[in-house]
Amino acid sequence: MSKIHVTTTINGDPTEYLCEAEDTLLDVLRDRLGMTGSKEGCGTGDCGACSITVDGRLVCACLMLGAEAEGREIGTIEGMAKGDTLHPLQQKFIEHAALQCGICTPGILVAAKSLLERNPDPTEEEARYWLAGNLCRCTGYDKIIRAVLDAAQDMREAS
Amino acid sequence: MQYLSPNTVEDAVQLLASRTGECRVLAGGTDLLVRLRSGMTEPDSVLDIKRIDELRRITREDGGWRIGAAVPGAEMSENADLVSDWPGVVEAVGLIGSTQIQGRATMAGNLCNASPAADSVPALVAADAVARVAGPDGVRDVAVFDVPDGPGKTSLGRDEFITSIFLPARPARSGDAYLRFIPRTEMDIAVVGCAVSLTLDAAGTCTAARVALGAVGPKVIAVKEAADILTGSIIDAATLDRVAQACSAAANPIDDKRGTADYRKHVAGVLARRATAIAKTRAGGAA
Ligand SMILES: Cc1cc2nc3c(=O)[nH]c(=O)nc-3n(C[C@H](O)[C@H](O)[C@H](O)COP(=O)(O)OP(=O)(O)OC[C@H]3O[C@@H](n4cnc5c(N)ncnc54)[C@H](O)[C@@H]3O)c2cc1C
Ligand code: FES
Ligand code: FES
Repeated sequence: MSKIHVTTTINGDPTEYLCEAEDTLLDVLRDRLGMTGSKEGCGTGDCGACSITVDGRLVCACLMLGAEAEGREIGTIEGMAKGDTLHPLQQKFIEHAALQCGICTPGILVAAKSLLERNPDPTEEEARYWLAGNLCRCTGYDKIIRAVLDAAQDMREAS
Repeated sequence: MQYLSPNTVEDAVQLLASRTGECRVLAGGTDLLVRLRSGMTEPDSVLDIKRIDELRRITREDGGWRIGAAVPGAEMSENADLVSDWPGVVEAVGLIGSTQIQGRATMAGNLCNASPAADSVPALVAADAVARVAGPDGVRDVAVFDVPDGPGKTSLGRDEFITSIFLPARPARSGDAYLRFIPRTEMDIAVVGCAVSLTLDAAGTCTAARVALGAVGPKVIAVKEAADILTGSIIDAATLDRVAQACSAAANPIDDKRGTADYRKHVAGVLARRATAIAKTRAGGAA
């Protein structure tokens, strides 16, 4: 069957790819574009490991077709650090040991960044609700929430 | 499978009508993609409605609100005027899934997926919302209550789709509320859902009410007995008891792993009592 030609922007870079109609955007990112930072934990929208942004809105890449990305602005974990300089959230995750196996981490970082863009000063409850769709089997969440709130404070002071 | 993404309602209708195999409308995809990936549905084509501009808008109309079928839940929650008119509908939509799901899931998709536990549907029925359906013969308006036909089934023709949902104008002193019971605080399927919408007069007497239950029957239940009890009352404790009884009696649930039928009937009453009290407070009535 003929493939679909998609022109889109990923982390600010114009990108083109060919995909099948049934390919999810997560399949495209990982298997066609070699961007394996976004993880597949469940493929059903439950775990958030595949979190990305589309036109600035947080979504699950596993619940979107590659063809739907035409003309959109996609943001993934690969766009978070600037060269060797980690994003404050990434730095805080290391400082707080907010990860163990790391499978959930890219999705949680993308989701947390999206939270802080909308709400630079979230309460703990707001952060926990925002991240409720990001599951972590290792950390027990406390360290993640502490890292996010600490990064938020640093980012507020820096701005 | 083919991916179709028309730019107009007319093109979408034409594509739907001209397809020979099965064609599925794709809105937010939060139900459809899960079904596609699990092989539960294998359509010949999917028709993405998100490229149709008019379906992506929330607009005021005749004092009410028209919500395009491609509008994700997050955009509804961000519209302060809509939230102030229909807090119960927006809170019901807001309960669908996580932040990520909210970025995609639509109210029309929730309705057309026709799950008996769909959270926005009782709130839409309590709101007396109307779906606009486009098809080969033009558009028609259908009460939201008449769209689901049972688990996974709708009354829409195969070449029809919903373009928008209309929430009517709110008289002064109106309020609505939706509550669901789930075993945890987030990310779960309703064991029971209950929505109430009502209007009070200046003295605090209820002049109009609608009550609906979800997840306690093959489709949403409109509880007319509860609405009749509320209408004309001052919604005191005795009224709330009777509303709860009426809702427990109207519930027609099954036993399953998430709750027994008896338990669900009981919870339907409890939620009805609480949702009525919230709707009354939102309408400006004394607590
Ligand atoms: C992790 C997760 C959590 C969830 N939690 C909840 C929850 O708490 N409560 C709840 O109620 N649901 C929940 N859902 C289910 C789902 O998110 C909702 O039902 C959602 O509203 C579906 O909307 P959508 O736009 O994504 O629909 P889609 O997946 O695009 O479509 C759903 C169905 O409706 C049809 N359809 C869509 N739009 C139209 C239209 N305009 N006209 C005709 N047919 C149409 C499609 O063909 C498909 O059959 C959850 C799903 C996931 C993945
Ligand atoms: S892989 Fe997308 S939510 Fe789990
Ligand atoms: S660190 Fe292992 S799942 Fe979160």
